[in-house]
Amino acid sequence: MLWPKLARNLLSRPRTDPPVTPRPEVVAALRDRLAEAGQRRLGRSLAIRHVDAGSCNGCELECHALGNVAHDLERYGLRFVASPRHADVLLVTGPLTRNMAEALLRCRAATPEPAWIVAAGDCAVDGGVFKGSYAVLGGVEEAIMPDLVIPGCPPTPTHILEGLVALLEANAG
Amino acid sequence: MTAAALLTTGAPTACAPWPRVVLDRAAWIALRDAPGLDLLALWGAPGFAHAAFLDRAALRVVLASLPAPEGRFPALSPGRPGAVLFERALHDLWRLTPEEAVDARPFLDHGRWPLAGPLSARPAPQAPEAPPMAFLPAEGEGVHQIPVGPIHAGIIEPGHFRFHVQGETIVRLEARLGYTHKGTLSLMLGKSPRAAARFAARLSGDSTVAHSLAFARAAEAAAGVPAPPRAAAIRAAMLELERLHNHLNDLGFIANDAAFAALHAECGWLREGLLRAQHAAFGHRLMMDRVLPGGVAQDLDAAGVAALRGALARIAAALPGLLRIYESHASLQDRMVGTGVIPPALRDAFAPGGVVGRAAGRAFDARVLNGEMAAEAMPLHAAGDVDARWRQRHAEAGIAIARAEALLAALPEGPLALPLPAQGGEGVALVEGFRGECLAWVMLDDGGLIEALYLRDPSWLHWPLLEAAAIGNIVADFPLINKSVNGSYSGVDL
Repeated sequence: MLWPKLARNLLSRPRTDPPVTPRPEVVAALRDRLAEAGQRRLGRSLAIRHVDAGSCNGCELECHALGNVAHDLERYGLRFVASPRHADVLLVTGPLTRNMAEALLRCRAATPEPAWIVAAGDCAVDGGVFKGSYAVLGGVEEAIMPDLVIPGCPPTPTHILEGLVALLEANAG
Repeated sequence: MTAAALLTTGAPTACAPWPRVVLDRAAWIALRDAPGLDLLALWGAPGFAHAAFLDRAALRVVLASLPAPEGRFPALSPGRPGAVLFERALHDLWRLTPEEAVDARPFLDHGRWPLAGPLSARPAPQAPEAPPMAFLPAEGEGVHQIPVGPIHAGIIEPGHFRFHVQGETIVRLEARLGYTHKGTLSLMLGKSPRAAARFAARLSGDSTVAHSLAFARAAEAAAGVPAPPRAAAIRAAMLELERLHNHLNDLGFIANDAAFAALHAECGWLREGLLRAQHAAFGHRLMMDRVLPGGVAQDLDAAGVAALRGALARIAAALPGLLRIYESHASLQDRMVGTGVIPPALRDAFAPGGVVGRAAGRAFDARVLNGEMAAEAMPLHAAGDVDARWRQRHAEAGIAIARAEALLAALPEGPLALPLPAQGGEGVALVEGFRGECLAWVMLDDGGLIEALYLRDPSWLHWPLLEAAAIGNIVADFPLINKSVNGSYSGVDL
């Protein structure tokens, strides 16, 4: 039965990790780049639309892990949304394949301004190990310029959170 | 003609551990309905079509080739529906035309690569304007289409689903894949197995250990150098850990797609504990790039073993409770039981591996073939629906824990890796990943570099079965069915 477990959980300490703190220089650098308009409009929350531009699905596993009880993405005011029309951030993973380039551009066009582009994972940064393939254009920047890059193969949920929280704080500050 | 008789008609090559037989045209055509053989894969090389089968009775892999100097070969799809996607990809990548093929539409090639047939001896210039994808039709009063993707509403790989729907009921579903085609095979050609291993590790990230291990075993077989015992044991333990964290993921996400968040949260928590232990033990949460041709990239120390065993013990203690919660909520059962059924006729026609096959009653696990597990130890929830696939994963998670525990408790001492000699050879391997059997076939040239290869994810046979299982269900149940099958996009897109 689920009820005894729920009751126990109400009385026990949360399993959630202590919050991550981004490095100050990352926050400062981002603060300079982001328009003040964003802060006025968005306050302290960001809606994220994830786009897989051709990944091996390793990055997707770690993006999923952001939502588990240990990382608990939503306590920072961050949440994944189902449509680019609701998004402030496009979180792009994977090398940009030729077969996905048009879909990514259409997704960007459907995202209202201001929108920030985050390239997560080595492949999204510059194509990663798939750089130079006939089927791959390179990193996300081959289609749209990222505002923030989060390297790693795949980046850990903690690294992704650091990047996203930095974006949030730079935006709010 | 029986499998054994067919094989005596051709010239065997020195592929290890199972020879590859070069057949003539008549014997190849006989493969369309040779009894006792299940199709594993069909792929190409310049001037050749290759096929891999499982010989069910002899529990061995059968490799067959047909020279195709004119760029044509008789299709196997007239007798084997599982060959359809392979043949479409074969044409896209190697420009070999399957004669009498059931389906001649492009698959991985969307008309966006600079060259057509990028893996063929002479790629052709791409046609300037690719015709739009022609989806299979469905006709009848009130039938309408729902196009979904390639970008889906969740955190998931890209692919296009075309539903034909009558009211709420799915009449036909077709998945168009290829969006994540990265040219993985082409990047591996001409490299040493060690240098190419990072691409096998990224064929499908969730199966990074399984594909790395299949590739490593095939390269080791080709070079005639088996991995040392300690490396073999660490790799086998990693394979079970990977199976476990993925099964936990699926158990949670299937429940989540039925809006039952508590199981999802609990499975996510248990899985996170395992990933952290894996990070402590191997320096990488998903254990990527830790399996190498010749052995393993790093040792597993006592602290790492202790971290892993701690995580395994916590999961083992929680597993029975997960099943009790699953079984005691009618709202959950109502969504699972009888949903997305893969009927016995389709199971037999496609012979899918892994959880999808076993949960439909097909008793095959590559660990039995490799002597790593007894056939009678394999659970079989044979109903073929979402419920059977959930229960099958739950049962197999328990077995993965027991196997990982046993391996970690008795790691032999010795070297971690052996160098592979720079010499020619050919090897094949079949490794049971969490989705099913991963096949790798590698041919090395005289310098020990990769001359030809193929990596096959079990999802090749799961995607067409997902399309079939969705028919007759309501659209709202599709995410549930899709999650319970959990095909890899990247693994098939190559």
